[in-house]
Amino acid sequence: MGYIFTRRTLMALAASTTLIGAAPALAEDWSPQKPVEMVIMAGQGGGADRLARLFQSIIQQENLSKMPILPVNKGGGSGAEALRYLKDKGGDNHTIMATLNSYYTTPLRTDIGVNIEDFTPIARMALDTFVLWVNADSDIQTLDDYVAAVKESGGTWKMGGTGTGQEDSLVTAMLEKEFDIKVTYVPFKGGGDVAKNLVGGHIDSSVNNPSEALGFYQAGKLRPIAALTPERIEVFPDTPTMTELGHGLVYWMQRSFVAPKDMDPAAVAYYTDMFEKLAASEEWQTYTTEKALMADFLTGEALQAYFLEERDKHADLLGSMGEGS
Amino acid sequence: MELLGHLADGFGTSLMPLNLLIVFLGVTAGLFIGAMPGLGSVNGVAIVLPLTFIVPPSSAIILLAAIYYGAMYGGAISSILLGIPGASTAVATTFDGRPMAQQGKAGLALITAAVASFVGGTISVLLFTLFATPLADVALAFGPAEEFALVLLAFMTFVGLGGDDVLKTIIMICLGLALSTVGLDLISGQPRLIFFDLPGFYSGISFLVLAIGVYGIGEILYTIETQKTAPSVTPARLTFRELGYGIKEINKLWKTMSLGSALGFFVGMLPAAGATPAALMSYGIAKLTTKTPERFGKGAIEGVAAPETANNAASTGSLLPMLTLGIPGSPTTALLLGGMVMWGLVPGPMLFIEQPDFVWGLISSLYTANLAAVLVNLALIPLFVWALRMPFTVLCALVFVLCLVGGFAPSQKLHDVWLIVAFGVGGYILRKADYPMAPLVLALVLGPLMEKSFRQTLISEQGNVLAFVERPLSGTFIALSAAFLLLPLIKHLKRLTGRVPSAAK
Repeated sequence: MGYIFTRRTLMALAASTTLIGAAPALAEDWSPQKPVEMVIMAGQGGGADRLARLFQSIIQQENLSKMPILPVNKGGGSGAEALRYLKDKGGDNHTIMATLNSYYTTPLRTDIGVNIEDFTPIARMALDTFVLWVNADSDIQTLDDYVAAVKESGGTWKMGGTGTGQEDSLVTAMLEKEFDIKVTYVPFKGGGDVAKNLVGGHIDSSVNNPSEALGFYQAGKLRPIAALTPERIEVFPDTPTMTELGHGLVYWMQRSFVAPKDMDPAAVAYYTDMFEKLAASEEWQTYTTEKALMADFLTGEALQAYFLEERDKHADLLGSMGEGS
Repeated sequence: MELLGHLADGFGTSLMPLNLLIVFLGVTAGLFIGAMPGLGSVNGVAIVLPLTFIVPPSSAIILLAAIYYGAMYGGAISSILLGIPGASTAVATTFDGRPMAQQGKAGLALITAAVASFVGGTISVLLFTLFATPLADVALAFGPAEEFALVLLAFMTFVGLGGDDVLKTIIMICLGLALSTVGLDLISGQPRLIFFDLPGFYSGISFLVLAIGVYGIGEILYTIETQKTAPSVTPARLTFRELGYGIKEINKLWKTMSLGSALGFFVGMLPAAGATPAALMSYGIAKLTTKTPERFGKGAIEGVAAPETANNAASTGSLLPMLTLGIPGSPTTALLLGGMVMWGLVPGPMLFIEQPDFVWGLISSLYTANLAAVLVNLALIPLFVWALRMPFTVLCALVFVLCLVGGFAPSQKLHDVWLIVAFGVGGYILRKADYPMAPLVLALVLGPLMEKSFRQTLISEQGNVLAFVERPLSGTFIALSAAFLLLPLIKHLKRLTGRVPSAAK
């Protein structure tokens, strides 16, 4: 008996050793030992911030992470603060960052010593949409009204948006080029600030993401003029797209997660798995339809390739803006 | 009447045993978190946020609000006992709170702070209950120009009423503003003043690092030098008789406290402004309206009551734009906002219509949280006062450790610890030369907001500087600022002419 028992134990031991040895990349092998810091590349109250906090809440509600996720806003300098911070966190397994398009534009515009190729891609959760907004009290009802009003203002039309060189300013530059107009671009810290200033009448228009302006829209304070999407957005069925009005303007904002350089592959697998479960959750599915987001999950090498391709596109876009900054 | 009905429903929620228990736990935890230099309401709320999923949303927000409130009360404790403001909102409390403690009146100062906080909290909750919805429009009227003018006004109250050497105050404000530009430019994203190319400077210099440095380390150095072996604080005791005496004293402060509450509520309500300028302006106004301004800075009881009413009132006020506009007025309310998003509530104009249970549950819990906070606080004052009776040699080392740990904890960067030491030595030298520290610290806190709003205004007005004066609200603030700036000059002239018997008075 004793002999068999020992042999069985040995076999079991051997088997388990093989298992451990064979599958080092299994998500179960690694789990966070302390709270995970979720760096947000934007200020409080904006689209990126709200979304990151939503992710955190779903992760917590569905128990997708063994340790709490703590969101930290580092929105200074169009996200440069966050990028710099992530760079200094090389090899850290307990930091992830929620990105937006400034992930490529900020290092392109400013030499902050950050190369995004070094970071570890985790997962792309969604593509966000852009809509042209005006205050509901204004006389502008259509895109033609808008273009006419901007032209009449002679360059004093105040377009509010996030930091110079960030998405909102790129979209603004696209509008200026397409319609041959000139606006005064006023940068704010986050999309929430922009929406509030548009409602308060301190700026004349914005290109907020739907989620940033939705509350004010439902309260009847803001009016959508046109969407920068190929198809109409479900929550604004009466708002035409630029495309159907004959202007092929389409621009997306990616919402992804990345990690510092040299994160342990097992940790990368853990987070990838966590976000995959998140993407499949019911809350996330409902949110994307309600807030006019395109859920579009992408991970690993494919995501890195996407990042680099987008970076090249934005380099061209910024180059064509020229005097933009 | 509809309002009362809503409020009654709200109390139905907040007076449930579970919620009452939550309120007491929350304020107690908040009180200790706020009392620790280096930890403030932001940290408290952040730590507890994930735990709130085990209770229903209305209980969860009550817990968070209770911690927020408790921490606002607690912030005064380290300001008074150690002279180190635990949060930027409590800087003004050190001006008179610290001298009171040094005179052995720590107990009275703490009672005053607690009662003043209670009054400020209660008056502002009343204002909140009555005017929450209409006031949201006032917050909307605040654009970049108004933000700038308001911050300018906060600085000028300081210059005009500081009493210290005006020139030195202005020099310290400028130094603080210069320090506030370290890091990445908000608008263009360019790095500025990255000394020795140290990566730590990219995220700027945080308020805590500077405050702990100049108040904590600087204070220790200064005390060691001036007192050598004598204890820094006269042993203080607290009896019921003193409590009674304290309440009688506080009874004389109604004017200061009601002014402070109203001011705090309105300034706190404005997005981006928050409790720091509110506390500061309240201190300034208390000094302006008193008959004996010379007592300020030397342990005047009003000097504790004024900022404490205002910062608590402001913390309630800052909930208003968060609930009605979805715009957080302070970092802590930003976290609360995050919590609401988690629970599936959409803050914004529709919240009051779609989720009345939640909103009124929260508002009514502010009444209970306030009451709980003052009770817990008063009960614990003997403990805090007892802590002061430690021998100076022990206290000094303890404070030193607290300073370094408190500075390291939030960012976990050794860079910040070295900065604290550097600021401590620098602050000590400046203090020896009689330079006031408060303007330096406040300039660092308000500098980024001031710069950002100034540039936004200039951009949107095509470089027209007159825009600040032309807009009615910001014009008024600018005019007031100018008046405050000229005040020392007028006083000086008065003093000159005062020798002539026929002069005013």
